[in-house]
Amino acid sequence: MLQIISILMENKPGALMRVTGLFAQRNYNIESLTVARTLDPALSRMTIVADVESRIRPQVIKQINKLVNVLQATDLTEAPSVARELVLLRIRAAMENRTAILKEAEIFGARVVDSSVDGFALEVTGDPEKLDEFISIMESYGDLQVTRSGLTAVSLEMKKLKLAPPVPTTGCAEIIAEATASA
Amino acid sequence: MSNLITGAKMLLECLSKEGVDCIFGYPGGVTLPFYDALYDHPIRHVLVRHEQNAAFAASGYAKATGRIGVCCATSGPGATNLVTGLVDALMDSVPIVALTGQVTSSLIGTDAFQEADTFGLTRSATKHNFMVKTLAELPQIIHEAFYLAASGRPGPVLVDIPKDIFMGRGHYEPVEAIHLPGYKILTEGHSGQIRRAAQMIFESERPIVYAGGGIILGNASNELKEVVELGDLPAVCTLMGLGGLPSSHPNFISMPGMHGSYAANMAMYNTDLIIALGVRFDDRVTGRLASFAPHARVIHVDIDPAEISKIRNADIPIVGDVKKVLQRLAKVMAELKAEGAGDAKREPRINWWKQVRGWKEEHPLEAPPRTPDEIKPQHLMQEIDRISGGKAIVTSDVGQHQMWSAQFIRFEGPRLWINSGGLGSMGYGLPSAIGAQFACPDKLVFAVVGDGGFQMSLPELATLVNYGLNVKIVVMNNGYLGMVRQWQELFYNNRMSSVTLDGFPQVELLAGAYGFKGRTVDKPSELRAALEEAVAENGPYLLNIKVTPFENVYPMVPAGGAINEMVLGPPRPVAVGD
Repeated sequence: MLQIISILMENKPGALMRVTGLFAQRNYNIESLTVARTLDPALSRMTIVADVESRIRPQVIKQINKLVNVLQATDLTEAPSVARELVLLRIRAAMENRTAILKEAEIFGARVVDSSVDGFALEVTGDPEKLDEFISIMESYGDLQVTRSGLTAVSLEMKKLKLAPPVPTTGCAEIIAEATASA
Repeated sequence: MSNLITGAKMLLECLSKEGVDCIFGYPGGVTLPFYDALYDHPIRHVLVRHEQNAAFAASGYAKATGRIGVCCATSGPGATNLVTGLVDALMDSVPIVALTGQVTSSLIGTDAFQEADTFGLTRSATKHNFMVKTLAELPQIIHEAFYLAASGRPGPVLVDIPKDIFMGRGHYEPVEAIHLPGYKILTEGHSGQIRRAAQMIFESERPIVYAGGGIILGNASNELKEVVELGDLPAVCTLMGLGGLPSSHPNFISMPGMHGSYAANMAMYNTDLIIALGVRFDDRVTGRLASFAPHARVIHVDIDPAEISKIRNADIPIVGDVKKVLQRLAKVMAELKAEGAGDAKREPRINWWKQVRGWKEEHPLEAPPRTPDEIKPQHLMQEIDRISGGKAIVTSDVGQHQMWSAQFIRFEGPRLWINSGGLGSMGYGLPSAIGAQFACPDKLVFAVVGDGGFQMSLPELATLVNYGLNVKIVVMNNGYLGMVRQWQELFYNNRMSSVTLDGFPQVELLAGAYGFKGRTVDKPSELRAALEEAVAENGPYLLNIKVTPFENVYPMVPAGGAINEMVLGPPRPVAVGD
């Protein structure tokens, strides 16, 4: 079953590799992944759609949260959230179909981003099921080239971000002193 | 600009600040500037003979002391050789900091000489890893690495440092604080959950404490003892947890799992409450999960939230430092006990103890009868145990000798039993003994190894001599890759495919070639004297103990079997070529 995960993480070298590597290592399948910087350029927001058994969903979140650079991983699958995907689509259209295509595009809220004698390039956003429907309708009009962005999502709950406070560099010394004291 | 120092010196400043006293390593091209700075620095460098053993030695050092083990390797092959040791440390949660050299920044990505993608290669081999991009961030990263290695659930952390960073010059500003906002550690444990746990313990009729490596890592042996005694609870310690409760403690049952005792496994199967402390329900402990402790509720204490309910659902999850949680649990238990909690269950508890003791008597962990001509491996372990008296450090590889060591050698305290549990790395015993002996120069250290694993760690004989280390190597030599042979016998029609280890060297000559003593023993009558001679020797000693080749480790829960369905002994004598 599909799980939607939202991850807020530090924009550090290898951050993306750590997340994707974790999924590969633990045998979780990634269906889609989107990532971009947040308002704070030191952070990135990632949305992952994963295909995992629902039983292990909490475990997936815990494993992601264990990554040192991850500030917060949230399971949005059943949480109040909005999820959207972008489709960019090129369609070869015969002259007699052009009007019909534009009509359909309007119904789905798609925008024409390029128009030529060969056909159109269209842009549409929505939830993935609606986009599937749009693509299948377009297929009936002519050859398509489709690029999907993958899902991106936002939680509708304001969850307080819990962060670890700074620690003095003597942190280690204390841990070690404790170890050697009781040894 | 007099206070400009090189990156190499800056690194040494940071290591000193972290209290590092020795580094296990092997130099190479890109670490030249670091080794040059190390040349007249008080931190001691221990030159091992293979980088894998630098990581294993650092692990032995860390396991023996609780301090952070540090290892160092050059770029490319040096770094790749470390990887097994890093994964080993990751599986057993050993605090290690690994420093690797990397080719000069401008050459990264050009397939330069001795270049390897160490950062990528070690991503899944470490708790966390770093690549240093600028000299300015070096001190910060080093302190972050040490903090990550030691805190929370410990583990290996690697820092990859390009050559130009070592050579660059900059101002050194001591780092006062580090900030890892995403690295949250919960240590205290939820007080409500701790209270519920205490109540559940007193309400249970057939409780069992299942204590693991977390007790050792968290220095919680005393607290474990207190809780076990307060509740008069039977306790099993896993392979990684041996010594967490003294072997001689009356509540200690033994080790559970694939080669655990009958009593431990029967208790784990029949219990109505598992008190899981610093364990991860490893498959070697649970056997077939569906039939593991089917009647039990579970209290699970661990500092790593991801371990809780990963394998077995916890009825009372407690995320926290096991030492702190046990301290508070003991307090609540003492209160409840004073109020008369547990009185209602007095009768069933007495019966439970009767049952557990009954299982212990029914099928104790017993060595086979002695014979005059052949040394049984179990007797070898009993002899080592007699000399150790529960006080020596014993390291091992993986396999039959490891299981017999765990079954027959007592450990009266934590940090004495050092082995490769999770990853099961052959060749771990000798280098980890080197690390442990460096950490504890006054302790008696046995490296109990198989003839297979020993030959994987041969280069380190030179290290022993080089540093005059007193390690006593005891090779349990059955001429086979014993555990693999055992499985071939039991599950592959005794077709012994590639498990014969012919060509084992004469240890008198081998040790002699390195300048120390070795002795082969094949008669039971000579065993005791030979071990005593080895211990009396001031210096390393190599004992080659020839044991019966076809002994199998029992009890045994076959892989995928239920833990209450142990094979207790050989079904019938098996002749070779049958």
